[in-house]
Amino acid sequence: MFELLGIPPQALFGQLLLGLINGSFYAILSLGLAIIFGLLNIINFTHGAQYMMGAFVAWMLLNYAGIGYWWALLLAPVIVGAMGIVIDRLFLARLRDLDHLYGLLLTFGLALIIQGLFRNQYGVSGLPYSIPPELAGGRNLGFMFLPNYRGWVVVASLAVCLATWFVIEKTRLGAYLRAATENPTLVQAFGINVPRLITLTYGFGVGLAALAGVLAAPIYSVNPNMGADLIIVVFAVVVIGGMGSILGSIVTGFGLGLIEGLTKVFYPEAAATVIFVVMVVVLLVKPAGLFGRTA
Amino acid sequence: MASVSERMAAAPSARAAVDAAHLHRAIFVGIAIFLAVAPFLLYPVFLMKVLCFALFACAFNLLLGYGGLLSFGHAAYLGTASYICAHTAKVWGMPPEVAILLGTAAAAALGFVFGSLAIRRQGIYFAMITLALAQMVFFFSLQAPFTGGEDGIQAVPRGHLFGLIDLSRDTSLYYVVAVIFLVGVLFIYRVIHSPFGQVLKAIRDNEPRAISLGYATNRYKLVVFTLSATLAGLAGATKAIVFQLASLTDVHWTMSGEVVLMTLVGGMGTVFGPMVGAAVIVTMQNYLAHLGAWVTVIQGVIFVICVMLFREGIIGVLARRLKRPL
Repeated sequence: MFELLGIPPQALFGQLLLGLINGSFYAILSLGLAIIFGLLNIINFTHGAQYMMGAFVAWMLLNYAGIGYWWALLLAPVIVGAMGIVIDRLFLARLRDLDHLYGLLLTFGLALIIQGLFRNQYGVSGLPYSIPPELAGGRNLGFMFLPNYRGWVVVASLAVCLATWFVIEKTRLGAYLRAATENPTLVQAFGINVPRLITLTYGFGVGLAALAGVLAAPIYSVNPNMGADLIIVVFAVVVIGGMGSILGSIVTGFGLGLIEGLTKVFYPEAAATVIFVVMVVVLLVKPAGLFGRTA
Repeated sequence: MASVSERMAAAPSARAAVDAAHLHRAIFVGIAIFLAVAPFLLYPVFLMKVLCFALFACAFNLLLGYGGLLSFGHAAYLGTASYICAHTAKVWGMPPEVAILLGTAAAAALGFVFGSLAIRRQGIYFAMITLALAQMVFFFSLQAPFTGGEDGIQAVPRGHLFGLIDLSRDTSLYYVVAVIFLVGVLFIYRVIHSPFGQVLKAIRDNEPRAISLGYATNRYKLVVFTLSATLAGLAGATKAIVFQLASLTDVHWTMSGEVVLMTLVGGMGTVFGPMVGAAVIVTMQNYLAHLGAWVTVIQGVIFVICVMLFREGIIGVLARRLKRPL
């Protein structure tokens, strides 16, 4: 058995894989935040709660309706996204003309409500959600053992991120979206229903968060608090990457996941704070963020 | 904040400013008299809790209401000061006045460092950076050897103030806390109405214009950030002596959210709003403590109601009705 810097390769690659998985969640969540921010100019503080709701909806579909993982992967984002659309129509749409900080405060309040309600109903100990049978087991890659489901999460997340990038950068709908981000009034004048576009964008961003939640459900237990701390890390990821570029968000998300994984191997005490430290360094060296335009 | 700037836009004449100053002086005297008799009417420990949070909210409001900067990480300064104060008093056996001063100084230093990082970005990014930095402090407090992890620092001695006044009696401690509170809020009031405060408001309402007038806006922002963190630290250090405890609750992001809520309920950018907001929220928490996790839900609902329907806050509405700045 060979060793790298005194670390057995199983441990090293195992942590790197976990880092890559965390990185996929960072990437999907920061992508959703960036898309929402682009059109609504608010930071969606509810994002963590909506990620948690995605996991819970998957759990509920299985336990109350007998609907399994694969359908949940499709249904949970749609259901949670629809709830997002309701939130937008009921609340956010009425705050559009105000200082954008009110949007932040509102979504913070909503996150408190959602997390509190789930905590009352389901407690904090977490509910199990098992890996779908098709993805059970794993394979030996020689240098490490790869559980199939973990490999699937990384591949699926990458696919989702790239598909989102493709829709936004290469399709007509994406062109409308980018145009409305630059100048909503002008786009409206061309006969495009910008308010509806904004609402659908919010629903889509929220749906992405829920999708990440379903992917996470079999790895981490389904827990009302699962999104609360994660979202703060994702905020740091967003500060590091800047919200100007879609590909930038994806690269930053995966990269920071890997850095976090490496830290767990070499200096575990700092694993919880390493992303914040990276944020401090980036703020000092390149205040606009790695891929950001000056904001 | 739009509503605040609109109110300020009704430019007060010199006469109105003098009237407002008289009114504010009368209110401060009223508060002082109330604080003097309050322990005969209400439970002193509860009053001290309200005073600590009121000072915390006023410090936060100095930054948000007058500097226009939304920090979502003010728990970091409250909590750091409370840990340092508790450690100084308990482990080093220092008298309470030294412990409180050291705790406050620690918060000031932290505020200066975090402030100089956070002001590199504006608006929404500013809020996210302050939150992320505060989360870093949380994880540090969770792991550092001297903070006692999940237990916190317990049984902090209250000690004797200046070696003379025994603070283990609630009433004596209460008057010390009341004096700290009054000094703190009068200092904030002085800052707001100083030339420095006027420049701050100019930056809040239109930063490019303030820059074009030749003000080094970043320096002003850093100073107000540090001041706000220092006063939040003063509140946190005092709180550690009062409850004889420094714990993770004080550095958690929920605490940062609570101070935002207090300020929002009372009225952002008003002098007396955050005090009222703190009193309302602390009272609510006291009466609803038995409801457990529902308190979080209720706080969330209050957040939503305030943002949707009640953006001026209690004192903001009162000020509009009375047509007087409060």
